[in-house]
Amino acid sequence: MSTQYTVLGTRPIRHDGADKVTGRALYGADIHLAGLLHGFVLRSPHAHARIVRIDTSKAEALPGVKAVVTAADLPEAGDRIVDLGEGETPLSYIRGNVLAAGKVLYQGHAVAGVAAVSAHVAEEAAGLIEVDYEVLPCVLTAPDAMKEGAPILHEDLVTKELGEKTGQVSNVADHFRFSLGDLKAGFDQADVIVERTFDTATVHQGYIEPHTCTVLWNNDGRVQVWCSTQGAFVVRDTTACILDLPVSRVKVTPMEIGGGFGGKIPVYLEPTAALLSKKSGRPVKLTMSRRDVFEASGPTPGSHITVKIGATRDGKFVAGEASLAYEAGAYPGAMVGPGAMCILAAYDIPNVTVDGYDVVVNKPSTAAYRAPGATNAAFATETVVDEIAEKLGIDPLELRLKNAAVEGTRRADGVKFRRIGCVEVIEAMKNSEHYKTPLEGPNRGRGVAIGYWFNAGLPSSCTISVSADGGVNLVEGSTDIGGTRTSIAMQAAEVLGIPVEKVQPTVADTDSVGFTGVTGGSRTTFATGMAAHDAAQDVMRQLKERAALLWEVDASAVEAQHGVFRSNGHSITFQELAEKLDATGGPVIGRAAVNPKGVGGSFSGVIVDVEVDPETGKTTILRFTSIQDAGKAIHPAYVEGQMQGGSAQGIGWALNEEYYMSAAGTMMNSSLLDYRMPTSLDLPMIETIIVEVPNPGHPFGVRGVGEANIVPPPGAIANAIYHAAGVRMERLPMNPPAVMEAIWQKSSSQPS
Amino acid sequence: MAKVFVPTLLRELTGGQTEVEADGATVRLLIEDLDRRFPGLGARLTDGGKLRTNISVAIDGEISPLGLIEKVPPGSEVHFVTAIKGGR
Amino acid sequence: MHKRVQVNTTINGEPAEFLCEPRQSLLECLRDIVGLTGTKEGCNDGNCGACTVILDGRIVTSCLVLGVEAEGAEITTIEGIARGNKLHPLQQSFLENAALQCGICTPGFIIAAKALFDENPHPNEHEVRAWLANNLCRCTGYDKIVRAIMQAADMNVEEVKA
Repeated sequence: MSTQYTVLGTRPIRHDGADKVTGRALYGADIHLAGLLHGFVLRSPHAHARIVRIDTSKAEALPGVKAVVTAADLPEAGDRIVDLGEGETPLSYIRGNVLAAGKVLYQGHAVAGVAAVSAHVAEEAAGLIEVDYEVLPCVLTAPDAMKEGAPILHEDLVTKELGEKTGQVSNVADHFRFSLGDLKAGFDQADVIVERTFDTATVHQGYIEPHTCTVLWNNDGRVQVWCSTQGAFVVRDTTACILDLPVSRVKVTPMEIGGGFGGKIPVYLEPTAALLSKKSGRPVKLTMSRRDVFEASGPTPGSHITVKIGATRDGKFVAGEASLAYEAGAYPGAMVGPGAMCILAAYDIPNVTVDGYDVVVNKPSTAAYRAPGATNAAFATETVVDEIAEKLGIDPLELRLKNAAVEGTRRADGVKFRRIGCVEVIEAMKNSEHYKTPLEGPNRGRGVAIGYWFNAGLPSSCTISVSADGGVNLVEGSTDIGGTRTSIAMQAAEVLGIPVEKVQPTVADTDSVGFTGVTGGSRTTFATGMAAHDAAQDVMRQLKERAALLWEVDASAVEAQHGVFRSNGHSITFQELAEKLDATGGPVIGRAAVNPKGVGGSFSGVIVDVEVDPETGKTTILRFTSIQDAGKAIHPAYVEGQMQGGSAQGIGWALNEEYYMSAAGTMMNSSLLDYRMPTSLDLPMIETIIVEVPNPGHPFGVRGVGEANIVPPPGAIANAIYHAAGVRMERLPMNPPAVMEAIWQKSSSQPS
Repeated sequence: MAKVFVPTLLRELTGGQTEVEADGATVRLLIEDLDRRFPGLGARLTDGGKLRTNISVAIDGEISPLGLIEKVPPGSEVHFVTAIKGGR
Repeated sequence: MHKRVQVNTTINGEPAEFLCEPRQSLLECLRDIVGLTGTKEGCNDGNCGACTVILDGRIVTSCLVLGVEAEGAEITTIEGIARGNKLHPLQQSFLENAALQCGICTPGFIIAAKALFDENPHPNEHEVRAWLANNLCRCTGYDKIVRAIMQAADMNVEEVKA
């Protein structure tokens, strides 16, 4: 049964399109206020050190410098614990990452901020700030940080072991466990068991636009912020919290955003810029350099993961065990929970145990990166599953199908899946033209993988007001990273029965729209779309009353379809009725605020053909297909775009991207030249197959699609490399030197 | 009555049982009943009158943002899960 | 303060003059002094292409060009691509093909593609990809960008050239 929609499923041109192709759209750094000062942040050269002394006097004396700030200028955090939407955290951790107090915990950690008449003067001034450091030994990987005697980052970090505080200071912030069934009994039943351990390097989201903000601490005490962010309300709440202000004193205007992928949820610059503005009495613009973005924003955790799966001879998985140790960076909060939840989630395994470790290390404090935690996890699981398929002589997709999670399957954390599309995704992979086309040629191999992301709900608000010409203005609070203002407008248009071109969406500031959660978590088309849907229904309810007034009937006797209101022989179009609002009582405004349950998770799959050069270890992607369950594709081109974008990031993660760290804890490749992201020349066309298993929790069946597509690529590519070159890669990235090393090791261990 | 799935970490308090039954029209009342049946469980789930921040509650597979004040329909399955930060 | 130099140049067909310090890049001058913010800064060291402009007929990363080097030159930025009120076929094609998501790299790609058409009005897929290898996009995976450019090239050759 499929519903016939008028607007949903079409591909209108986005409302902000003309601005974005002409350079008119205003991104964070494009704003220019009168009297603007430019800021510069001085950052630690050391990965771990005590700050002994800071002397800013020479900087302050430089002509053109208007303000200098350090952590001493921030209100004390004390013991306050705050919840800014990511769970409870000590305020001192959030504050400490903005401006270091006492210790620096990673190279790039902010130590002081300067505001001056030009960015060049500010940078010169920063060079005049004197900082005495007592350098401390650093620790850079989770296994090292977990060892006895490892350098300790936080004297007040007490390990939480299986839910309870142990009283022991260490670098392990948390160790938790999920388990179902009886693991030992499960493995006892297995005919084949595969266990492997994997390591993945730190990678960055790689958005092209660096973090930026402009802040004015106004004479009336209100702090105004213009910034690049995935969540204006997060910026408002975090900035207010750090500055110890009530939230209503801070107004955040989100500018157009040049990419985020999770990395523009945390707040890095705004409080410092605010302090500089307060001290100088002028607005201050603070932008990260590309080097700062690498060294001082929030990359994704490097990780150390072990996966062990047991299966019976006929391919049924009977036991699964996983251990995930994720590097949180300088402060606790690695996305190891989500990783643990997703690592075996695609499979129905009755006996599982998953252990997760959140470990601090002397690297920048990690942030979310598109399905955070799940990609590393899937690299591990999908390799092990591929190995089991090979050992049992079962087709890799058949094996996955045999064990696929379905509605009612229990995840390791105990929750049962509701309606999901795992089986449908695998079947679509099996039936794809790509999978049915044999791959020929030497040094070539095909790999497959699947993955899961649970997606988020979170609050969203929306108002819709009707204009006299039958158009509507839709106000929402979700920054538009990939076309969401249009997919949200489409949902409203569908309910109202008008063309989407007559819906004018606006992404508003925190003064002008109700609380709305971040653009992230694959939630925007789902939750803000739901708010738009509900606000549109509110408009329709009111318009029916107006039509009823005109026709002197009861509102319950009025029906509406495709933009026409009817009752008993009367009919009037949306546009005609809109002309009569004044005459029937005045403006019509629809509103909605949602905090939805009914979130539908998304499954994704990848089929990839590669060629591995046996002399250089270089992997060329020959053909790549991404398959994903979108529930209902509101704007298919944007769904395809998400799948292609996540795939490209996954390919980079698999083959080239990593933080090269020196032993002293400095990042040696903090430029876009040496942090090697895929270019147009590295990739083929990326084929997409959209599967639609509607989510019963959304009026149109929407499942968020932004994230799950990045989960399978590294695992699929690892499997393809195995089938091309005969080597199982246990580390990301699988760059040419690593693949060559594996090939040489294999050939040297084989009898000649 | 509702069916309550006991997180791994708390099974020591329920004598190793993974699923138990409890009564309560809201999550708060349900936890009070659980604490009567399995002393100590309440303190592991709540702190200062609120659900512990590292814990979320799901009713029939749907995570509820309301926490303790969420209604518990009779016959539903209740999970206390590790609150997942992110989903970004 | 460093002594400023007067630079006389042509931007998008119009004479333009500005004062800048010798150490300021052309990118900085365009964005902060002339007020044309359509050209973007992504890395400031020539590796992302977001700052691409056409300078005397060839594409350059304006972050690696000094403002003073613009003296006497002809510069085309994204603001000069549309024909008055009408979008250039490249711009229209980007919209129809959904070849942008966040849009920050889009000005650089459109400028680069226009320069490609000036040299090679009917590039094949490989030629397009090779030409664009210094323009990074993190959102799209390049698929729809390449399609958009090839579709624009399919249109009347006279239309798409300068």
